[in-house]
Amino acid sequence: MEELSAVEPDPAQAAGAAFPADQAGSARTVPAPEPGSTGAVSARKPGGTGAVPVRGGGGTGAVPARKPGGVGTVSARGAGGVGAVSAQDAVIATRALSKRYRGGQLAVDGLDLTVPAGSVFGFLGPNGSGKTTTIRMLMGLIEPTSGTARVLGQPMPRSTRAVLPHVGALIEGPALYGFLSGRDNLVRYDAADPAADPRTRRTRVATALDRVGLTAAAGKKAKAYSLGMKQRLGLAAALLQPRRLLVLDEPTNGLDPQGMREIRSLVRELASDGTTVFLSSHLLDEIEQVCTHAAVMAQGRLITQGPVADLAAGARGRLVVTTPDAGDAARILKEQGVADIVVTETGVTAEPPDRELAHLNAALVTAGVRVRGFGVERASLEDAFVALTGEGFDVAG
Amino acid sequence: MSRAESLPKSDTEPEPDTESETEPGTEAEAGTGANAKSAARPGGRGPSRATTRAGVTAEPRAGRTPSPLWTLGLFRNELVTTFRRWRTIALLGVLAAVPILIGISIRVETRGGSTAGGGGEGPAFIAQITNNGLFLVFTALAVTLPFFLPMAIGVVAGDAIAGEANAGTLRYLLVAPAGRTRLLLTKYATTMTFCLVATLVVAVSAFAVGALLFPLGELTTISGTRIGFAEGLGRALLIALVVSASLTGVAALGLFVSTLTNSGIAAMATTVGLVITVQILDQIPQLHALQPYFFSHYWLSFADLMRDPVYWDDLVRNLGLQGLYAAVFGSAAWARFTAKDITA
Ligand SMILES: Nc1ncnc2c1ncn2[C@@H]1O[C@H](COP(=O)(O)OP(=O)(O)O)[C@@H](O)[C@H]1O
Ligand SMILES: [Mg+2]
Repeated sequence: MEELSAVEPDPAQAAGAAFPADQAGSARTVPAPEPGSTGAVSARKPGGTGAVPVRGGGGTGAVPARKPGGVGTVSARGAGGVGAVSAQDAVIATRALSKRYRGGQLAVDGLDLTVPAGSVFGFLGPNGSGKTTTIRMLMGLIEPTSGTARVLGQPMPRSTRAVLPHVGALIEGPALYGFLSGRDNLVRYDAADPAADPRTRRTRVATALDRVGLTAAAGKKAKAYSLGMKQRLGLAAALLQPRRLLVLDEPTNGLDPQGMREIRSLVRELASDGTTVFLSSHLLDEIEQVCTHAAVMAQGRLITQGPVADLAAGARGRLVVTTPDAGDAARILKEQGVADIVVTETGVTAEPPDRELAHLNAALVTAGVRVRGFGVERASLEDAFVALTGEGFDVAG
Repeated sequence: MSRAESLPKSDTEPEPDTESETEPGTEAEAGTGANAKSAARPGGRGPSRATTRAGVTAEPRAGRTPSPLWTLGLFRNELVTTFRRWRTIALLGVLAAVPILIGISIRVETRGGSTAGGGGEGPAFIAQITNNGLFLVFTALAVTLPFFLPMAIGVVAGDAIAGEANAGTLRYLLVAPAGRTRLLLTKYATTMTFCLVATLVVAVSAFAVGALLFPLGELTTISGTRIGFAEGLGRALLIALVVSASLTGVAALGLFVSTLTNSGIAAMATTVGLVITVQILDQIPQLHALQPYFFSHYWLSFADLMRDPVYWDDLVRNLGLQGLYAAVFGSAAWARFTAKDITA
């Protein structure tokens, strides 16, 4: 829940992006026509400023530098009241989505996926579990065998033209024109988007290159790029426009630890701007580090989905006491009625009791145990996964 | 920050607000500050502002109406990309070399003063080259049309979709989103442009070599009448255009093949193989009934433009047949490509 509130402002902001009509519906004071008139920028701008100095100032004034944030916060509260994310608020929503390849392989089986707006959504599953197939269906590259998929509120693959300009995607690794320079690769991908303004193309390409740290290598032919550089260029292509949704299919594949860290911080940065990020990975810790929500796939089926905190909460944490007097500590804890005590090299771990932990600590200290560390370690996603499936994560698909 | 700069709308949008709100003044102040604005604006819009703005910031692209012209950006990029490729340049280089070789060999052969023997290629243009260099244009087109030109087109058309699929770039073009129909049209238009450029390369190279090695001047048509050099030049240009139009069928066929496979090489080889096979079948007498439907059957009818008066029948049949091929295989390519699962 804490993690959720940290990103709270963003869902609303992105939700506004994805569903102008919906926004109108949930807007308390606003007549429906308002959001529809978004095109008339110049008309609205002065009106807003002039008319509501007080009310607007309350919400926005605090953060004059970053308008969207302020606004987001305001409407986020409204959205919060609505409660759980409905399928309508979702940036991605699939119903019974299935794909059987021509070879007969059922790659995705009855997937009901809901990606809330503003989330960093981890799509987790071992190799061959159907992640890429799902993403291809979401991007309109392949036709579902059955079921439906909606992206930004619109059905796919029917609405690719309207939806995809708002979506940046990295699907199964980068693909580049080796005979073109990095810059020209981006120019080409940008030219492919009929909604991309050619007048700002050069600047946007330069900005995207800068963002992924490729400015120095921009003139080099892409075939001379290392895998990590290619991956960065692929990311840059996804960032050519401000996007509402970023779909990143195993973006850290083939990257060194430094590259992975950079991708993670880029994802966080994008998310803080209100972009919903859909991140597939077969690496648990990667998901755990950046994602607010996650879904777990195995063999084409969805095992679970929800906020990461909730998923991890499914598996209980452990009370960890670090002490050189492990034996004494274990005895005291037992006297206090703590269950499942395990003596480790560095101390003792146990199932956290429901009562006040400070009393436990006090009891240990009073008994002369040299407590060097005391606390509850949150359960990892891996613990959750094992709890869910009863098996390890490295299952082949 | 830098992102906002790249987006004019979102950049300009927050600014007026920032101004008025950094001074957390009273209503009066704000009112005065934004005097002209609020006067122009009925206050009734006020309450909606948070929502409206959320809508704006979150939907930065809404106000930016894409111009229909932007859609041509892909075609332009495709042209530049195609003609900058080493492979395209090599193909054009080979095509340019053919007239040079023909010109030089005829020149060498006729040095003794004897006239060159009539070439096997239908119209006996070769014999005339020594009298008029312009005939090298007709000869070069007649020599390259059966194989060199369609092979070059086959390479470009066959690679059009399959090559992108092979490289994986197709999926990124489609999620850009290029649009499947738009991409296919772009590819076909580019292939057609290549047909025209390739034909012109042959013609121009032939004209240059002809002018260098042989005399220019009035020329005799196939019908035996004489026409001026200027008219001859005009007809040469017309012939070049007809030759490039003769290749539209092959281009459509190649594009269709290209949508069938994810291997650029396979698509190119198949298209070139088809070109060769059809030309061979066109020589087999037993297939007489089918031959009028072979895309290459009327190719050499362009020579009829050198008659006086021009004999149009076969020319029209040729263009009609090319149109038919373009329609049939164009539709097939479209049907296939728009329904295809892009798994590469
Ligand atoms: N083009 C294809 N044709 C047939 N089967 C495929 C194809 N692509 C993937 N598959 C199969 O579908 C399953 C899911 O693959 P994929 O979606 O790529 O998994 P992931 O991305 O999670 O690793 C795998 O068993 C794979 O073998
Ligand atoms: Mg995959």
